[in-house]
Amino acid sequence: MSDKSHDPNQMTGAAMIVRALIDHGVTDIFGYPGGAVLPIYDEIFQQSEVQHILVRHEQGAGHAAEGYARSTGKPGVALVTSGPGATNMVTPLTDALMDSIPLVCISGQVPTHLIGNDAFQECDTVGITRPCTKHNWLVRDVNDLAKVLHEAFYVATSGRPGPVLVDVPKDVQFATGTYHPPRKSDVHRSYAPRLKGDASQIRKAVSLLASAKRPVIYSGGGVINSGPEATRLLRELVEVTGFPITSTLMGLGAYPASGKNWLGMLGMHGTYEANMTMHDCDVMLCVGARFDDRITGRVDAFSPGSKKIHIDIDPSSINKNIRVDVPIIGDCGNVLGDILQVFKAEAKKPDIKSWWQQIAQWRARNSLYYKKSNDVILPQHAIQSLFEATRGKDTYITTEVGQHQMWAAQFYGFEEPHRWMTSGGLGTMGYGLPAAVGVQVAHPDSLVIDIAGDASVQMTMQEMSTAVQYELPIKIFILNNQYMGMVRQWQQLLHGNRLSHSYSEALPDFVKLADAYGCVGLQVHKPADLDGAIHEMISVKRPVLFDCRVAALENCFPMIPSGKAHNEMLLPEQANDEATARAFAGGKALV
Amino acid sequence: MNQPASAYFIEERHDPNETHTLSVLVQNEPGVLARVIGLFSGRGYNIESLTVSETEAQKHLSRITIVTTGTPMVIEQIKHQLDRMIPVYRVVDMTLTKRSIERELAMVKVRGQGEHRVEALRLADAFRARVIDATTESFVFEITGNTDKINQFIDLMRPLGLVEVSRTGVAAIGRGPEGM
Repeated sequence: MSDKSHDPNQMTGAAMIVRALIDHGVTDIFGYPGGAVLPIYDEIFQQSEVQHILVRHEQGAGHAAEGYARSTGKPGVALVTSGPGATNMVTPLTDALMDSIPLVCISGQVPTHLIGNDAFQECDTVGITRPCTKHNWLVRDVNDLAKVLHEAFYVATSGRPGPVLVDVPKDVQFATGTYHPPRKSDVHRSYAPRLKGDASQIRKAVSLLASAKRPVIYSGGGVINSGPEATRLLRELVEVTGFPITSTLMGLGAYPASGKNWLGMLGMHGTYEANMTMHDCDVMLCVGARFDDRITGRVDAFSPGSKKIHIDIDPSSINKNIRVDVPIIGDCGNVLGDILQVFKAEAKKPDIKSWWQQIAQWRARNSLYYKKSNDVILPQHAIQSLFEATRGKDTYITTEVGQHQMWAAQFYGFEEPHRWMTSGGLGTMGYGLPAAVGVQVAHPDSLVIDIAGDASVQMTMQEMSTAVQYELPIKIFILNNQYMGMVRQWQQLLHGNRLSHSYSEALPDFVKLADAYGCVGLQVHKPADLDGAIHEMISVKRPVLFDCRVAALENCFPMIPSGKAHNEMLLPEQANDEATARAFAGGKALV
Repeated sequence: MNQPASAYFIEERHDPNETHTLSVLVQNEPGVLARVIGLFSGRGYNIESLTVSETEAQKHLSRITIVTTGTPMVIEQIKHQLDRMIPVYRVVDMTLTKRSIERELAMVKVRGQGEHRVEALRLADAFRARVIDATTESFVFEITGNTDKINQFIDLMRPLGLVEVSRTGVAAIGRGPEGM
């Protein structure tokens, strides 16, 4: 007994949790206390290596941890209590699962003898979060805790990253057991993600690329998740091959928007040139993207004449939506490195001059055109002004979900990875504000801006209080059109202009709201005042709510209507009522 | 056909469905079966039959045999989705190997008298079903075989006074000296 009391690895479960965080290099966590996690909070109180950021709602903790993870490449950590604390984490966990974000959530649970008893603040946390995590654990014995925590970090960050949850009953937090530092044997033997691509598949890919007449590279979030080396290799591949490149929403920044081969984002609200290039190409190299339905449009008319190469670390992404010719399972960085090596040794840059001429014609359509006004701020113009004002600065952008998100993706040029945090797969309104909190915690001296909509931002507005408490100077740039813009756009285009519940009758006064939270409120109505106000927002070293009143009825174009192919995009100049009615199958009269 | 007014492209699929038997080797730990079943319900896959039991106690390994139906693309998805679960060691498509044996066990209770009773016994004998319980007015037969054989036996028992059936679901194993 006396031996054990001197063993530094003998400690309570609660102490093990804090120790494991330190051992995994965690410096910041986001959480909210409650009955079932009090022993952990007690440990947090008695140390200074891990900083705890107190949010105002557990969903905020989850999205903040996501923002932290996405902007650093490190796992984000959230700590929540049992019952409602855990159920409030369901949205961020699902969001992180859809976008492959490494997230470690530790949740408290009622004591083991009360599990299944409908105890106060009890819920079946592992049952509820099973489909929204990459893996989860309920730890019933304090001596399993260290192993599970280490495995949780490994699973979250390796292979295709994703969220994990460790549910720790309160008696396990109190119990004393043996801790051990991370070691290899902590991981399931059945879990071994494949990193290296198959050599013969890589050769096939190279020979397709070398003989391409109309190639395109379509990259996604997997490149960014793979790390800086993958980004570097992707850029080198574009340079070596001279191929045009487009990207998904999640992949923006892997290739710089100022690069000469950049086509802009593809998909439902992608550029005309990106979508036409995808449709007419003869060889497509998909790197770390998953042929999502917002990318492909009509699947039976998706890039009908092309040979498709698909690099993905997750075998279940292959042939899920689109049949590909050369699947390569492996880590993007690893596979890109091998492809480049073989390409440089055995192939030469294909002559695709006429393909670029064709692309230049598509570019000339200027699909992101919008008509500026002197009377009212166009939302596209607001994003462009924001981009110009922050160009060259150390800036991170988060968004909510809707029209403003698509405009941000279209008009804000990302030069580097990890600078763009948006909810892609799940489309979580309310993601951007808490994500900005997380990004700012990770990058205290950088400029962090949440490009928001007036509807989305109200879903997690309470986290302004967190920003104020920790002096996080996040900028909430609200494109305020008083509508749920994207909902209204669909209602206009597809539901006979019956604007059912997409108008906010009673918006708060965002300037007064900022005042109430103790941060800075700015409001701008006139295009002439926009630049000045943006500069003021940037120069204030405090959190800002920026109420940018924009044209209320502006819609987001270009657009692939549902059930249409990439080459049937609706361009802004065609988006008059008659053309829109024709473009949408079932064409209801638009008012 | 006009698309309905939807943000999604709604496609009618006409690929024919296939039935496949999958053997899944998993770590036997709490919740592992729930994970597998949750995958099927969550992603809208079919389970025709499911059999699970620990097969190597020392290594904590369980073997799950799943009979499922879907288009070839869906079957491929199911295998990949299973394979990427953390506690799953291996997934083998027994139907694709074409070298597997499938068996199912059923217990079939039949109630009747006179000619029906004699006929039930005669058929049981032809199907190599064993009598494992008998009263003056009933039998419980135990029958082992592939799914078709058991279906056929049950159909034959129906007019002879079938009361109830308990089936194990399919278990499968590969032929030859190699394990999975």
